[in-house]
Amino acid sequence: MSGRAEVTEKPVRADAPGRGRALARIAAGRRRWIVAAALLAVACSLPFQLVPFRVFQFTMVLVYAVALLGLNLLVGHAGQISLGHGAFFAVGAYGTAIMLDRWDVPHVLTLPAAAATAFALGLALGLPAMRLRGLYLALVTLAIAIFLVPLLKRFESVTGGSMGLTLGKPAPPAWTGLAEDQWLYFLALAVAVAAFLLARGLLHSRVGRALHAVRDNEAAAEVMGVRLSFYKTLAFAWSAMFAGAAGSVYTWVIGFVSPDSFAVTLSITLLAGIVVGGLGSFSGPLLGGLFVMFVPGISQDVNDAAPGVIFGLLIITVMYVAPTGLAGLAGRVARSTKKILRKE
Amino acid sequence: MVGFLQQVVEGLGAGAIYASLALALVLIYQFTGIVNFAQGELAMFSAYIAWQFTAAGLPFWPALVLTLAVSFAGGMLIERVVIRPVEGAPELTVVIVTVGLFIFVNAAAGWIWSFLIKDFPNPFPGGALEAGGLSVGYSTLGVMAVVAVVMGLLYLLFQRTKVGLGMRAVAANPTSARLVGIRVGWTLALGWGLAATVGAVSGVLVAPLLFLEPNMMGGVLIYAFAAATLGGFDSPGGAVVGGLVVGVAETLAGAYVDVIGSDLKVGVPLIIILCILLLRPQGLFGRAAVERA
Repeated sequence: MSGRAEVTEKPVRADAPGRGRALARIAAGRRRWIVAAALLAVACSLPFQLVPFRVFQFTMVLVYAVALLGLNLLVGHAGQISLGHGAFFAVGAYGTAIMLDRWDVPHVLTLPAAAATAFALGLALGLPAMRLRGLYLALVTLAIAIFLVPLLKRFESVTGGSMGLTLGKPAPPAWTGLAEDQWLYFLALAVAVAAFLLARGLLHSRVGRALHAVRDNEAAAEVMGVRLSFYKTLAFAWSAMFAGAAGSVYTWVIGFVSPDSFAVTLSITLLAGIVVGGLGSFSGPLLGGLFVMFVPGISQDVNDAAPGVIFGLLIITVMYVAPTGLAGLAGRVARSTKKILRKE
Repeated sequence: MVGFLQQVVEGLGAGAIYASLALALVLIYQFTGIVNFAQGELAMFSAYIAWQFTAAGLPFWPALVLTLAVSFAGGMLIERVVIRPVEGAPELTVVIVTVGLFIFVNAAAGWIWSFLIKDFPNPFPGGALEAGGLSVGYSTLGVMAVVAVVMGLLYLLFQRTKVGLGMRAVAANPTSARLVGIRVGWTLALGWGLAATVGAVSGVLVAPLLFLEPNMMGGVLIYAFAAATLGGFDSPGGAVVGGLVVGVAETLAGAYVDVIGSDLKVGVPLIIILCILLLRPQGLFGRAAVERA
């Protein structure tokens, strides 16, 4: 398991003894908060700098980032693999669409309801799959992703069949003075920040440590009293919940759902996003979101199949040379420049 | 009753195709402990190669032989180039690499041959054999015959040749096999080559039934997974039985269970996988694995 050990956060300076190390850790923590605050400031100013289409694209980056945050929890932190996260994304999206379409539920309420549905579904499906090795989870999730599209088409009276459902987008309140695209962006940003904080809280708790233990050595974790199936199933349900929340925001933003938007391709794209973005790191989902949003658009000019070729090649290359993805590479570059600067 | 038997026969025809892809999955799993998520896409790619040969004017059967040879070489090459660097890596890494291969092969086929549907020549005559009220299409019989021949050849290879013996030794215990002088690396590559060949048979057989396009094997792969899970991932015979059972179950469910119908048939393998995992995780013919830390 040596390849995976790299993913865990390393202490900032292992050589600094006692007090120095504590100070260094505090400094690093403070630095991290400053970076996060700067990032948030940039994120808040973005919609005022860009044309509406770009604002929409960045809104989608945030939506993907929320889904990838969930997938990261499962793949990066618990070491389990899902090839069907698009299905939970779709459950969130369709759940929200049906709530809006049938019962006129206010937009704000659809998000927790959709997330809770995805969580429950994740729990139900994770129970049989998680009792076994991770491999079977990949099989079951892939089967679910493939099964979902005909299922959505079948129950036409509820889901609108192949034609899908068209819905109203949340309107910006008058006091904000924002245009619709900007308002949607801020909604997505709010959800993304909340999801990020939630994931951070989960991972810094007892549960997060249990998941890391399961990932790094199942047998050792079990001996230490970590109930494997319980924590694995829980991680699966949580990651499904994040995907469901992302799907809900997706419906707000797009205002339209149809079965073919949630084909297996979506699940595989999400996996590609988190692998390339960086498994087990906090910036991975954001980088993955940027990757998933912008790379297909740019490469599609070359050939329809180009995004697939790039995704496939990158996934394999990343697993060979940089298992921590873009986020890991960024960290490595930062560390080596720091070392060079210190030497001078 | 005749109608029911008719459905069973058609199910067996479909099952034979699932069985051959499941056999390819099981072959690789036995040698390397890897479940190759790209197996279906490799089969699809082989079908395109066969199409290319026939489009160039070759008759079907020589084209098939050439395709199998190319697939064998391709499978070995993939093992050497793509899989070897992650040999012995955690399962998660290997699964992600095969998924990457899945995406790459799918897109590469789309790039080379476009995503438009292509007509694939059916090697078997169109009529049907009538017997006791049942009518069995010659193409169904042909598919079953081809799959049976492939399985017979594999059996002979493993049981009657020195190469096959070496391969069984590697599957049973790689370290001991290496100590007695078997070249384990090449044997693994050979395993991948064989699996690609068996998969190619399923791709070429399924192409005339489904139309040839890059996403053709996505559904078939799930059936093959269900077949391998049902039979047990470490049992080639189980994969064949599993394939036939899955084919019949799917056809019967589509015909007689109104809720399922023809559009939701793809839910059948999902249900089979879930049931097997809950009731008998090692599959019908598989051995239960003992975890050792």
